[in-house]
Amino acid sequence: MSDYVIKGQTGDWEVVIGLEIHAQVTSNAKLFSGAATAFGAEPNTQVSLVDAAMPGMLPVPNRECIRQAVRTGMAIDAQINRFSRFDRKNYFYADLPQGYQISQLYHPIVGEGEITVLVDEKDENSAKTIGVERIHLEQDAGKLMHDQHPTMSYVDLNRCGVALMEIVSKPDMRSPAEAGAYIRKLRSILRYVGSCDGNMEEGSMRADVNVSVRRPGEEFGTRTETKNVNSVRFVQQVIEYEAKRQVAAIEAGEEVVQETRLFNPDKGVTKPLRSKEDAHDYRYFPDPDLLPVELEDEFLAECRASLPELPDAKRKRYEDLGISVYNAAVLTAEVENARWFDRLLDAGADAVAASNWANSVLPGLLNAKEVAFDDPRNTPEVSAEILAMVDKGEISKGQAKEVFEYYLDSGDSPAKIVEDKGLKQTSDTGAIEAKVDEVLAANADKVQQYKDGKQALFGFFVGQTMKAMQGKANPQVVNQILRAKLDE
Amino acid sequence: MSVTQEQVRHIANLARIEMSEEETERLLPELNKILGWVEQLGEVDTDGVEPLTAVIDQQLRFRDDEVTDGDIRDKVLENAPDAQHGFFAVPKVIE
Amino acid sequence: MSLTDKTIAELRDGFRAGDFSAREIAEEFNAAVDAADALNAYLVKTPELALEAAEAADKARGSDSLKPLSGIPLGMKDLFATEGVLTSAGSKMLGNFLPPYESTVSANLKAAGAGMLGKLNMDEFAMGSSNETCAHGPVISPWRREGSNAAITPGGSSGGSASAVSARIAPGATGTDTGGSIRQPAAFTGICGIKPTYGRCSRWGIVSFASSLDQAGPMARTVRDCAIMLEAMCGFDPKDSTSLDVEVPQWEAGLSSDLKGKKVGIPREYRIDGTPGEINALWDQGVEWLRDAGAEPVEISLPHSKYALPTYYIIAPAEASSNLARYDGVRYGLREVVEGGGLHDMYKATRAEGFGDEVKRRIMIGTYVLSAGFYDAYFTKAQKVRALIKQDFRKAFEQCDMILTPTAPSAAFALGEKSDDPIAMYLNDVFAVPASLAGLPAMSVPGGVNGDGLPLGLHLIGNELDEQTVLNAGLAIEERAPSIELPKKWW
Repeated sequence: MSDYVIKGQTGDWEVVIGLEIHAQVTSNAKLFSGAATAFGAEPNTQVSLVDAAMPGMLPVPNRECIRQAVRTGMAIDAQINRFSRFDRKNYFYADLPQGYQISQLYHPIVGEGEITVLVDEKDENSAKTIGVERIHLEQDAGKLMHDQHPTMSYVDLNRCGVALMEIVSKPDMRSPAEAGAYIRKLRSILRYVGSCDGNMEEGSMRADVNVSVRRPGEEFGTRTETKNVNSVRFVQQVIEYEAKRQVAAIEAGEEVVQETRLFNPDKGVTKPLRSKEDAHDYRYFPDPDLLPVELEDEFLAECRASLPELPDAKRKRYEDLGISVYNAAVLTAEVENARWFDRLLDAGADAVAASNWANSVLPGLLNAKEVAFDDPRNTPEVSAEILAMVDKGEISKGQAKEVFEYYLDSGDSPAKIVEDKGLKQTSDTGAIEAKVDEVLAANADKVQQYKDGKQALFGFFVGQTMKAMQGKANPQVVNQILRAKLDE
Repeated sequence: MSVTQEQVRHIANLARIEMSEEETERLLPELNKILGWVEQLGEVDTDGVEPLTAVIDQQLRFRDDEVTDGDIRDKVLENAPDAQHGFFAVPKVIE
Repeated sequence: MSLTDKTIAELRDGFRAGDFSAREIAEEFNAAVDAADALNAYLVKTPELALEAAEAADKARGSDSLKPLSGIPLGMKDLFATEGVLTSAGSKMLGNFLPPYESTVSANLKAAGAGMLGKLNMDEFAMGSSNETCAHGPVISPWRREGSNAAITPGGSSGGSASAVSARIAPGATGTDTGGSIRQPAAFTGICGIKPTYGRCSRWGIVSFASSLDQAGPMARTVRDCAIMLEAMCGFDPKDSTSLDVEVPQWEAGLSSDLKGKKVGIPREYRIDGTPGEINALWDQGVEWLRDAGAEPVEISLPHSKYALPTYYIIAPAEASSNLARYDGVRYGLREVVEGGGLHDMYKATRAEGFGDEVKRRIMIGTYVLSAGFYDAYFTKAQKVRALIKQDFRKAFEQCDMILTPTAPSAAFALGEKSDDPIAMYLNDVFAVPASLAGLPAMSVPGGVNGDGLPLGLHLIGNELDEQTVLNAGLAIEERAPSIELPKKWW
């Protein structure tokens, strides 16, 4: 399907990509403690005694985190495991106070699911289904700062214990474009569900990128895992870099080492994460401080009932309303835009006109005035009112832009703006016909030329009529009347 | 199964306990004796037995998603061997 | 009779009747504690806290607002975090750790009006059966073999608690039991101790050893005293995910030594070769006492009993190796910095310096049995055998209401006698460990003394949540066993 190939010296290579996305669960409190999760607090102020792993402190799971993982699983049609467990992943690091991370290895809460992506948003035929292996819940670690002191690192445990969903894909992607589409789609779904804010800059979504290369159709090669990549662009760079590096290594007769690597965004390269310490042996075992998670029917029913319309369903609905594939894809990508657009439709706007307005017109208008999309002034109701006037022929599409700009400046209602500025165009055929007659009478020579075949003069008559109408004539009506009179 | 000296060193490293050669030598026979002793479990037929997960049958309870804790930096840091500027301070990782 | 010779029930009732004040009780015990340094039972003394609670008790008596343990000062095993009071878990590792929090169990006792005399010595991180693994020196038992002045172990890991109660420097004390750490020392010192059903006592704020096994319980001179303390210690705690959300029965009010209609199971697999005759003789005697109280003895089978200790010595170290990973020198406790070294050097140096030999040994075993390639063969296997042990008890309790066994395979031994053979030491808990693995309530009550004049205990195991039957059978034995004269002060 993908035509992405690495051209090696010995021929073509295919890249095989799997992604582990760590998505911070949207919740007020941490996965196992009552400390807050908000971003950007003073160091160690969002830390409970449990998060600091004081002796004898015990974890109690946050229902909302469980619920969000389940809802996310449902949103990708995944198997929801009624029985799951938390396991301890044991290792030592200063950002891990317990000496273990509570995670789920043996019995994750969500099993296999899938996500369908459009690799090219304009092309319905570029759809590809990427398998999801599992989703499990785990604790985030704290943060280490290395540059504050010459010999010491500083530890901030604010993030420590915040709930993460680790969403593990199957090795189903074959190009950077597919990986990008997958991350964007996953992010979109998470934001629709409300289980993760998808904010990659603040680290709410991070990817571990597994890359290997092979001859098309052959067995998977040895993979490397590049950790903690925090943007779509970087993920794609990692894939490109790793694929080329691995091909070069293999062609030079070397072996690809299964290892963990880190990405350097400044240089665009990956480097092995050096660990002179032991090869990792995490000694996973069921956390004896916790019982198995058993989900009941009622809980699952609520999770399902609370799911919103998801991007695929919404896009399908938009397409059924006549909206183009591309517009539908763009409108549904971001949940806020999609909800805004739904309100525009609810306010009675014509779907196709509204989709063009929302995608092609509105962003430019907002940009020009430096108004954010989520600015309170940008209500779907105002857009609906303006679109209704266009639809009724009261104003032209051009005037619609003008009205919206006046609206942003003044806050006046579109109706008032049209009234005050005298923008209302007329569809009064009598008035227009009278002006058309005047124009034709005054330009008899040109009428003759037109009739002799100089069709290009049609625009001239339109212009003259509009001018006579002081721009307030409905151009469609003007056209109709002119055609009737000239072509009779 | 019997443990080798090298495994003892590996385990000590995993457990982050510094051990001298003398100590690992002393531990080796002790560990082997204990491990040999616990290996009598091999005699037990456990086919089809589910590993015990909760000793007393009960369901995991959940907490509500409310912020009820935190904002106690002084308490969090007061026992720290080295706290600086509101952080725990630790020696840098040497690669 | 000195106030320190009284039981908790006697102190409570005398105090309520106005025979003496809470302050008098606290002062006498504080003085007795001060005069008992030779036992090394207390790591920290908190006379001011005992007095503070006593004053509150005296006031409460005036205003008729007494609480169940008003006027009673208790000893606290050092495994319980006590707010602002040094908590070391018997280890060097915790350094000068002053917890900014109070364990649920000690807070429950406080809320019930009890005062605290101090923190009691114990085996390091509760790992040991003789109190010799403590970083602050071993606890000495007030007991001695007849005709000998050799220091005897009070057992472990709750050895400080056992020694303190039998020396009457605390009328009662908290203990914790992971694989016999309440029951074996109780037996060694001629007192009572009960480990309730797993989940009855919150583990929140108790320094963890092995989470799936750890359970707090009282140690006191009589069965009634244990019932009184246990009522105050237990209770649902939402901060502990394994805490049982069940009502706490009124065990003291429910005490009855009439066992008519009850069946007492005698497990044939507990007749172990090499058990001293005096132990088996006491066991037989115990059966007769229970029969005399109306119970019908029935022979039962617990076929996987012999695998309990090996199972325990996989599961407990595995959990401990992970639970003790938090002692890393970063947030509290000891830190050893290596000149020119990095973070991991600090970890290794700190943990090498902070942990004693037995703790290291168990961390090593636990790390090994969880490590790649060995997890299934050891840990998963042990969890399966544990399930079979649990099932054995389930079947047994279809045939009987309680089970009687010896508490320990011997009387207390001298310090140093078993310290160079870990397995010989582990065998101390051969009778105690199965009930721990099954999460069942179990109690040791004094049955008599051996030829050397050292106390021996009888061990009662009950069905899940049926502490009452255990206490009642304990009471029946207590009423029939020859009364044990606690050692006279030599310390």
